[in-house]
Amino acid sequence: MDLRRIGEYVQLALTALRLNKLRSALTALGIIIGVASVIVMEAIGNGAALALQQQVAALGTNVVNVLTGSMRIGGRQLGSGGAVPLSEQDLRAIREGVAGVVAISGQLNGSVTAVHGAANWSTQVSGVHAEYFEVRPWPLESGRYFSAAEVAAGARVALIGSSVRRELFADGVDPVGELLRVNNVPLEVIGTLGTRGQAGGSDPDDVIVVPLTTARSRLVGRGAVTVPDVVGNIAVRIADGSDLTAAQQAIASVLRRQRRIAPGSEDNFTIRNFAQLLQARNDQQRTLGYLLATTAAMSLVVGGIGIMNIMLVSVTERTREIGLRMAVGARARDVMAQFLTEAVLLCLCGGLIGLLLGAAVTALVAALAGWTVSIGGGTVAVALLAAGAVGVIFGFVPARRASRLDPIEALRYE
Amino acid sequence: MGAPPLIVARHLGKVYRLGGQPLAALQDVGFTIMPGEFVAVMGPSGSGKSTLLNILGALDTPDTGSLTIDGAEVSGMDADLLAALRNRTIGFVFQQFNLLRRTSALDNVKLPLLYSAQRPPDLRAAARACLELVGLGDRVGHQPSQLSGGQQQRVAIARALVNSPRLLLADEPTGALDSQTSAEIMALLARLNAAGLTVIVVTHDAEVAACAQRLLRMRDGRLVADAPTGASAA
Repeated sequence: MDLRRIGEYVQLALTALRLNKLRSALTALGIIIGVASVIVMEAIGNGAALALQQQVAALGTNVVNVLTGSMRIGGRQLGSGGAVPLSEQDLRAIREGVAGVVAISGQLNGSVTAVHGAANWSTQVSGVHAEYFEVRPWPLESGRYFSAAEVAAGARVALIGSSVRRELFADGVDPVGELLRVNNVPLEVIGTLGTRGQAGGSDPDDVIVVPLTTARSRLVGRGAVTVPDVVGNIAVRIADGSDLTAAQQAIASVLRRQRRIAPGSEDNFTIRNFAQLLQARNDQQRTLGYLLATTAAMSLVVGGIGIMNIMLVSVTERTREIGLRMAVGARARDVMAQFLTEAVLLCLCGGLIGLLLGAAVTALVAALAGWTVSIGGGTVAVALLAAGAVGVIFGFVPARRASRLDPIEALRYE
Repeated sequence: MGAPPLIVARHLGKVYRLGGQPLAALQDVGFTIMPGEFVAVMGPSGSGKSTLLNILGALDTPDTGSLTIDGAEVSGMDADLLAALRNRTIGFVFQQFNLLRRTSALDNVKLPLLYSAQRPPDLRAAARACLELVGLGDRVGHQPSQLSGGQQQRVAIARALVNSPRLLLADEPTGALDSQTSAEIMALLARLNAAGLTVIVVTHDAEVAACAQRLLRMRDGRLVADAPTGASAA
């Protein structure tokens, strides 16, 4: 079959589809929706993966978190944090006993109310060591970080996140040097932190960062301070290029010794690294991706069944036409090719419209959610190929039925 | 008389089964048609004349006997060879015209060319020439619904001619037309026959049959008379 023949079949099919515009459009609807959902799904998936990569780059993957583990009391599992808290001694043991520790900091969190002038705001306080900003780099917008000496002295100083700044200070006012009352403790603002942006429902910028000692002695409620030198969680930055798993094992063995855990009994702390958390979220997203892909495949199949249904009706309606074509010399394969071309063309047109629709929805989602989304050429190719394949698969039965008609019977058909 | 015959039919038989009951549509039919003949086939309904026409038109094959058209034995042909025979050698004209609706006269006439193995270089020009031949040179862009019955049948005849067939088969070509238009259509067929085309017309209208030079009469699946039209006009 040469190119000219194919061109003629396409022309024939276009004519037939044009003669039934509304029906063709309705028939292609399933394919349109199917392809549009493939496009949207892919674009959003790519956007989410991109955002994830950016987060990884921002936070670093070689940070290990040590959390207070759960404790079992008489078969009752207490939640995380129920066990013996992590202390300055634990922190020191890790710093001294684990190779490759670049920076280490405690992080004692609590809820507080901050007041500045007439404005007040419920927020989170994070008590950390001076090294915290090396563990989790967080650029300053103005002012300075607090020093190790200030941490040792329990200085009444604070760094504020951009959300706290927005709530408590008017635009254009530099908070540095201002006094803030946090749970009635006066703190001097010595710096403002750059915006990190929304991450998974919580706002990382809605925070006041203070020296850990200050948080421990003045800000965090008695419930959290169960040992005098509690440090909350411990964040450890491991040197670039070190084996993270080995570091985690080293931390675990140091802590077991330090906290005198008998061999064979469970850890009373938990070690996590950020990469694992991201991996978990990645897996979650992949699952969601499969779900969406299944939905898209289903709607393509449903669309294909619609195509088959209408093509069968069309073959019946055009029985006389088919009979005539056979009478003037069309072979079975000519009739077959004609109807297959029609089905494939219908699907491809639906695919193209679905592509445009999907791009529009994607742009809308991107604008509303503020995500970076992208539609790859591969996605477009896959979507159109899938649409064409649906045309071939679901157009086959009607086309074969048309090609097997008996010309005499078909010509007599009323 | 040196030319070989166009159609040689020997002992043609065709049996249909209607509800398990065998029905002989054709029994032992034989005749020879020379190139350039104008033949009418008459007979009451159920006499087998439509079956005969379908077999001559390569739409159907005989159960028994042998049939050669233009020197080729039809009985053993597969579906593709039959399609090629319908396309190249035979032109078919139907009582109900069978034009494609909402399709221009030109595209209707062009249709057989799409399925032809040997095509003229310009399909549209070939189709236009055939429309001019049947007197519709000024109607090429009209759709069937914009044409009268006689004009539609002319388009159908142009379509039958577009592949330059050796044989034109017409099944009640005037059955759906008034007598004035019928006469025009028969005059057109006579003119084509005079130009050398072999024409076979199935009809039950004696006036139509009178245009032919030879008349085959069918009854109960058998050929009961085969004579020049003048002699059998009793």
